Amino acid sequence: MTTTTGPAAVIDKTMAADPARARRWGWWAVVEHLVLRMRRYIATLLITGIGSPFLYLLGLGAGLGVLVDEGEGVGGVPYLTFVAPALVLASVMQTSVQENVLGTFGGFKWFNMFPAMRLTPVTPAQMAVGVQVGALIRVLPLLGFYLIAVVAFGIADPLRALALVPVGVLLSLAVGFLVMGWVSTQEHDRGQLSFVERFGVVPLTLFSGTYFPLDTLPGYLQPIGWVSPLWHAVELGRAAMYGHRPGIDLAAVHIGYLALLAAAGAWLSVRHFRRRLDE
Amino acid sequence: MISARSLTKRFGDFTAVDGIDFDIAPGESFGFLGPNGAGKSTTMRMIAATSTRTDGDLTVLGLDTNHHGPEIRAQLGIVPQGDLLDEELRVIDNLTVYGRYFGLPRAYVRRRAEDLLDFAQLREKRLSRVEGLSGGMKRRLTIARGLINNPRIMLLDEPTTGLDPQARHILWDRLFRLKEEGTTLVVTTHFMDEAEQLCDRLVVIDRGRIVTEGSPSSLIRRYSTREVLEVRFGSSRNEEAARTTAGIGDRQEVLPDRILIYADDGENALQAVLDRGLEPVTSLVRRSSLEDVFLRLTGRSLIE
Repeated sequence: MTTTTGPAAVIDKTMAADPARARRWGWWAVVEHLVLRMRRYIATLLITGIGSPFLYLLGLGAGLGVLVDEGEGVGGVPYLTFVAPALVLASVMQTSVQENVLGTFGGFKWFNMFPAMRLTPVTPAQMAVGVQVGALIRVLPLLGFYLIAVVAFGIADPLRALALVPVGVLLSLAVGFLVMGWVSTQEHDRGQLSFVERFGVVPLTLFSGTYFPLDTLPGYLQPIGWVSPLWHAVELGRAAMYGHRPGIDLAAVHIGYLALLAAAGAWLSVRHFRRRLDE
Repeated sequence: MISARSLTKRFGDFTAVDGIDFDIAPGESFGFLGPNGAGKSTTMRMIAATSTRTDGDLTVLGLDTNHHGPEIRAQLGIVPQGDLLDEELRVIDNLTVYGRYFGLPRAYVRRRAEDLLDFAQLREKRLSRVEGLSGGMKRRLTIARGLINNPRIMLLDEPTTGLDPQARHILWDRLFRLKEEGTTLVVTTHFMDEAEQLCDRLVVIDRGRIVTEGSPSSLIRRYSTREVLEVRFGSSRNEEAARTTAGIGDRQEVLPDRILIYADDGENALQAVLDRGLEPVTSLVRRSSLEDVFLRLTGRSLIE
C-alpha cells in the first residue's frame, strides 16, 4: 500500500504567537528591525563615528586650544579638557536628533514601519521606546569612540571619562523623545523637518556653553542655555570629567531636568503615535 | 470567531459603517463585497483592532476589539491594502523582522520564513530587496508575512486589486490552500469573480450598510436568473431598442452601453430579440454573477 503525502501544512499548529512575550519584548523587536536597517549603511556609520571624534578633538585642541591656553585655559583647566565633554555630548544630541527625525517620520511615511507594526501585538508605546533604544545603539558606539579619543589625547582618566556614558544616554532620551513628540505630528515633509537641525541643534550647540562658558554670553542670551538640554548635560559631563563647579553641586537639578524632558517627550510621543495609528 | 452587533464607525459627521451585524464561524471564508468607499476596509480595520469603533459591539475570538488589541492581533494574519512592506529590506528580512513582533523565538522565525518563501513561490527572490519585486510578488510576500504567526484568522483587504490576471490566479490558488486547511478567511473585495472564487458566504455592503447576505450561489438565485443576455446596439440606440425588447425574459436593465436581459434560457431570449426584428451589434449569453446581484440591489454598477 502506498501513502501519498500532500505538501506540508501552511499553518503550523504546534506554534502560536505569544502575546505575553510580545507585550514584554515588543520594543526589542522594534530595535531588531532598526538595527537591520542600519546594517545597510554600516560603513558610513563607522567612518563618521570613528573619524569625527579624532578630527574635532585634534582640530580644537591643536588649533583653538593653543590660542585659549595662552591665557590660563578655561575655569582653570586646559581648553581641550573644557571642550571635550561638550563636543561628545553635542555629537550625541545631533545623532539622537537625526535618528529620531528620520526614524519617526520615515517609520510612518517612507518605510511603513509603524503602520506594519500596528498589525501585530506591538503597541504604540513599544514603538516609541524601540526607536529610542535604536537611537542609543548609534549613540553608544559614538560615545565609545569619543572616550577612546579622550583617553588617547590624555584629556581625562578613563574612569572619569566613562561617567559621560550615562549622561549621554540621558541626553539622547531627553532630546530624542522631544523630537519624536513633534515629528510624530507631522504628516508631510515640506522641508520643516530640517528645521530641527537648523534652528534646534545648531543654536543649542552655539548657546549651551559648548565652546565657551555660558556666563561669557550677554545676560539676555543665557536663558537659552538654561532651557537647553545640552547645557544641563554638558554641566554634568564637565562635573564628571574634572569636578567642574557648580555643575557638581547642581547635579541633581541637571539630572532632574533632563529626566523631566525625557518623560514629557515620551508622554507626548506615545499620545501622538496612538492617535495617528488609530484609523 | 467574529461577532458584530450594531457595529458603527463615524468620522466626524460621516458615518462610514452604519450599525451592521454579522457572525463569522471557524473555518469559514467570509466576504465583504461592495464598491469603493462602502465601508469594507473600515470594518476590516475594526476587526483587526486597529480602528476604535464608535458604537455597537465587536468581539474577535471572544475578545472585545476596543480593549484587547494586542491579544487579538497576535492571532490574526493581516494583509492590508497597501502591503506595508519595508521596501529597502530584503525579502527574507521582511518575514523575520515581522515574525519577531509576535514574540516568536528567533530560530523558529527563521525556519518558518524559509517555509513561507516556498509557499509564496518566492524562493529565488530570497535575498532581493523588496523594491525590485513585481506587484504580484509583493502581494504574495505580504500574505506570507501575514502567515508567519500561524494565525487563526486571515484578514485580506482587497487581496488582488491592481494585479494582472495571472498573478490573481496564483494568489487565489494560495488562498484556496489556506481555506482547505481550515483557516478562517475574511476578505474584502469589489471583484465579483474574487468573491465567487473565495467566499463561502458574503455580505453585500453599500454606504456603510449591509444590503444582503448569503452564499454567492444563493444570492444569484435569489436576486438574478440563471443566465443573462447582454445585447449592444451602439450607445445612442440602446434606449430605443429597449422599448422593443420590453417583456423578453424576467427583467431588463438598460445601461448606457448595453441592455441586460435576465432569463433562465439566454439563447431563447436572444431568439426572441431577433424575432422582433432587432439586430444587435454584439450579443453575449453568460451565467449570472454577483455583479448582477449588486446591480439589482443598488441600481448601480460595482465599479463606477
